[in-house]
Amino acid sequence: MPCVWPDGTLSSSGRLLLTSVSPDSTAEDVAATTGIPLYRVRSSLRQLLEAGFISEQGGRFKQTKEGVEKVKADG
Amino acid sequence: MTTIEEPEVRAALPRLNEPAPAFEAVTTHGKLRLADFEGSWLILFSHPADFTPVCTTEFIAFAEIYPELQKRGCELIGLSIDSLYSHIAWVRNIEEKAGVKIPYPVIADLDRKVATAYGMVMAGESKTEASRCVFVIDPKGILRAMIYYPLSVGRNMDEFVRLIDALKTGDEHHVATPANWRPGDKVVLPAPNTTELAEERAGEGLECIDWYLCKKSL
Repeated sequence: MPCVWPDGTLSSSGRLLLTSVSPDSTAEDVAATTGIPLYRVRSSLRQLLEAGFISEQGGRFKQTKEGVEKVKADG
Repeated sequence: MTTIEEPEVRAALPRLNEPAPAFEAVTTHGKLRLADFEGSWLILFSHPADFTPVCTTEFIAFAEIYPELQKRGCELIGLSIDSLYSHIAWVRNIEEKAGVKIPYPVIADLDRKVATAYGMVMAGESKTEASRCVFVIDPKGILRAMIYYPLSVGRNMDEFVRLIDALKTGDEHHVATPANWRPGDKVVLPAPNTTELAEERAGEGLECIDWYLCKKSL
């Protein structure tokens, strides 16, 4: 599901996904935590990555500084 | 004077047991890639057009079997050569009028990239619409089954659930499944490929019509 609007606002699923990304999360971890189908998690993580809210290394994700601030700002 | 006819360009059909054509497509669930489904079985199906009667019955029927497919580790994705906004309006209309929420994504393939890669447009039927095609892709991205229906015939959903069951059973137990097989029925053993194995097969205590057709329970 689209999770980042063009103006950088997060959709409800985007916010859920971003808050579910803890250091070293895999897409499978996020799918298990949120109950969102894995294919949608993979697609949404790609969007969060492009928006700069998370970073990825070797299939593991973590929030970036911008991501942490976004979670705080969105309450 | 002779007329030189332009050669008809025919899209190649994908092949069974080869990697399914990769895609990245705009869908009602955002931009999705075939690779996003890695690790799951996937049924990719096309329909001719949104807001048409047979397709609407099929969309509802696919939504009804979706929980059964999910239990089997199988996802669903639809496709037609329509716009994203047409898809969104149609799935909202189905929910409003029929009370059925469409839980699976639908590809808006206006540029026909996916339809062409999978050979979904049958020019003899329609040059502008996809036929009713079904592609079963396994968790490794290999195309395992293809079924094509004409525009006028709605599909039988039970068959797709049965097909997933049969493919998974075959993979797990290295067997084949006979006509009209259902889970719990006996399965077919691979035919012996030497005379020695044919003789040995006869003594294995299986249910055999002859040496080449033996069944067993799982």
